[in-house]
Amino acid sequence: MIEKQYDIAVIGGGPGGYVAAIRAAQLGLKTVVVEAEHLGGICLNWGCIPTKALLRASELHRLMSRLEEYGLSINELNIDFPKIVKRSRSVAAQLSGGVSHLLKKNQIDVIEGRGQLLGAGKLMVVLNDGNTQEIAASHIILATGARARDLPGLEIDGELIWSYREAMVPDVLPKSLLVVGSGAIGIEFASFFNELGSEVTVVEVLDRVLPIEDAEISAFAQQSFEKQGMTIHTGAIVTALAKNKETVTATINLGTAGEKNSKFDRVLMAVGITGNTENLGLEKAGIRVDRGHVVTNQWCETSASEVYAIGDLAGPPWLAHKASHEGILCVERIAGVDGLHPLDTTKIPGCTYCAPQVASVGLTEAAAVEAGHTVNIGKFPFMGNGKAIALGEAEGMVKTVFDSETGELLGAHMIGAEVTELIQGYTIARTLECTEEDLLHTVFPHPTLSEMMHESVLDSFGRAIHF
Amino acid sequence: MPTTITMPALSPTMTEGTLARWLIKEGDKVSAGDIIAEIETDKATMEVEAVDEGAVGQLLVPEGTEGVPVNAAIAVLLELDEDPSSLDGFEPQKLGPAALTSSTVEVSQTEPTTPAEPVSASAPTTTTIADHSTSDGERIFASPLARRMAKKAGLDLVSIEGTGPRGRIVKADIELALSGSPAQASASDVKTPPPTISVPDLVIPTGESQVVPHSNMRKVIARRLLESKQTVPHFYLTVDCEIDRLLAMRKELNDRDGADYKISVNDFVIRAVALALKKNREANASWSEEGMIVQNSVDVSVAVAIETGLITPIIRNADNKGLAMISIEMKDLASRARQGKLMPEEYQGGTFSISNLGMYGIREFSAIINPPQSAILAVGTGEQRPVVKDGALNVATIMSCTLSCDHRVVDGVLGAQLLGDFKSLLEEPMTMLL
Repeated sequence: MIEKQYDIAVIGGGPGGYVAAIRAAQLGLKTVVVEAEHLGGICLNWGCIPTKALLRASELHRLMSRLEEYGLSINELNIDFPKIVKRSRSVAAQLSGGVSHLLKKNQIDVIEGRGQLLGAGKLMVVLNDGNTQEIAASHIILATGARARDLPGLEIDGELIWSYREAMVPDVLPKSLLVVGSGAIGIEFASFFNELGSEVTVVEVLDRVLPIEDAEISAFAQQSFEKQGMTIHTGAIVTALAKNKETVTATINLGTAGEKNSKFDRVLMAVGITGNTENLGLEKAGIRVDRGHVVTNQWCETSASEVYAIGDLAGPPWLAHKASHEGILCVERIAGVDGLHPLDTTKIPGCTYCAPQVASVGLTEAAAVEAGHTVNIGKFPFMGNGKAIALGEAEGMVKTVFDSETGELLGAHMIGAEVTELIQGYTIARTLECTEEDLLHTVFPHPTLSEMMHESVLDSFGRAIHF
Repeated sequence: MPTTITMPALSPTMTEGTLARWLIKEGDKVSAGDIIAEIETDKATMEVEAVDEGAVGQLLVPEGTEGVPVNAAIAVLLELDEDPSSLDGFEPQKLGPAALTSSTVEVSQTEPTTPAEPVSASAPTTTTIADHSTSDGERIFASPLARRMAKKAGLDLVSIEGTGPRGRIVKADIELALSGSPAQASASDVKTPPPTISVPDLVIPTGESQVVPHSNMRKVIARRLLESKQTVPHFYLTVDCEIDRLLAMRKELNDRDGADYKISVNDFVIRAVALALKKNREANASWSEEGMIVQNSVDVSVAVAIETGLITPIIRNADNKGLAMISIEMKDLASRARQGKLMPEEYQGGTFSISNLGMYGIREFSAIINPPQSAILAVGTGEQRPVVKDGALNVATIMSCTLSCDHRVVDGVLGAQLLGDFKSLLEEPMTMLL
């Protein structure tokens, strides 16, 4: 019950919380992180990082299956599924340990438990050993993240009906898998299991897969997934899941095409996430919550004085780098750092690590037109790029959206090999407020995939060289 | 140390010119005021004077060269006792394309055959659109997008406060400027409530009002005048001018046979202001942190009301122009202003403003200074009023004029002198002929 006084207390040690804490410590603020489970949060333990470890295995599998194209061969390509999962876990463990070290290095206290607002700069922590501890902090940052959303009637049971969490650590490879929802999480798992041999069916309620991406990218992706053997139903709804002993029978409403029942080994629910708003003492503190997310203003301030919320808890886009950026912004605002700008979500890139990869930043063509811009579109196919051909990765495209009046780069959309590493080029351009002219005059190295980023800009003026 | 002489801008629109003739050669000694070169534009031939004394180290541009860009280095001047070897390795100073005329030269017009040409060697560049540098040649940091947006909107980057890294002007700053809000109310305003919680932006009484979107001109007026009232320390001086003699003279001039002009009272005001400014040069100046920017030419801005707001066309070098010319020029400018056909240089960059509401029966008023100018004269209506002269009550036609001054530039006595000279000129209009 000893009360300790901090400048900043952060509830949640994920990519929002731990980054906020480190920045606070750098600014000389006395900081504590309250974390219930793992430092590094979902991102590091159950999200971004371990899935990248899994997808690396499926990527290698995909490449190895094509070895003959490159004039190579091996006797037999075997899949040791438990080992793939084990490697993914050890990657997560290694990084979580790294975060712990970073916090220690910055002299940030870590309390293992669940934090709750007590009002007026006070927190109560229910420690993992059952005791409670009070903490006093001038500023409290809520960064408790989010979890998979449940749909009524389609509840996750953790056995046959998975969330991302179970999908991350299966004992055996399911022979068939139904993925409900085609956002980044659903599509990454669909891509992973499909490559390793599961029969994958994806059901998306909207009219296209990866619905937040540009429509052309969605169409390109769907074609590619179907070529790889996935079954995709768009404009379709899973209306019921009936559990059998070892399988699940799903009723899928295909819209005008009627309804069908299909049996699957496992089902992955990936229909979005909801903020972890419970047991934080939000109601008592007078903090407004709207549809599962804490309401904040552009400086991450909640409706209660000196209480802030960042990351997934504070709403979309649900991205680790958005949480980290908000964490830094929020702390710098508290510390009175000059020259801060609110986070502009149209400058946050998004990446999906399916095969082929998808990456984008800013407005889609449709969103730009809807926002009243006169757009200038450029496109370039991987087929026209020497490096892509040499790599044997000729499937993909780059698309750029400019405002034809101001020359502002409104958005960039890419699908194909390594585009998740390329998107940062356009993100920098957008953040520095480049116009098409600056990009036209930028020299891109040859031979690289990045040349396509130049060609797409050239194409907006009918000047693409290699297509 | 060697100093660079650069190609001067002979008019606000000049971007390049012909170096017609050198009047000096390498090794010559020059002193301030010596004419060193002749420069031709499509409008006139000008002489370039040296401002500093020194020895001509090197002529960088041969005579007869056409298309020499403004601010390009044209010659290097050495100090009198300086060894020519100090030129080795000296890089002539390069200024941004729109920086002010180099301080090492002064330009004077030699051919008064075209006196109507707007020649002003030192027109303030603070109103140059989407500039890359400030009036003192300092680089303006702005994102490419911000530059393009400012140019499209006719916004002056100099007047915009950048909120990007190290004060870089970014898109948000341009949007803020276009929305008419002062730069101070930028993103740094404290503790805004969460927007979704309370949004009492505008309380609109139902059925009785409507929101009319702002024109760009309205936004510029709002931004500049707010900035002026918030940042310029104004003070006001008022005088009553007897204009009976002026009115008589005006009638005489306008009634002359074959008069192809119709001089207004305002034309007299413009001429009197110009002459008074010429006499009180210190008031024909602008404040800057680095130092007082004293203008060589007297360029009088005259506020003209137009449908969408107001605009201030400029009578350039008004001190060198007669009443008839001022009158004809003013009519042309006002008429084109109302049609929206003025070129930017015709309304940007004056050194003093006049606002006349006399025709609306306004007795007197105080006007807001139009930065970077440092004074504005508010002219009221001419009306018959009782006046006491030598202990007797008389009637005279009186016009009250109020001068608003920027106290950083113009102190009380200077303002009073300027206004006093103006009053004398109006009351004894014959002296305007001198």
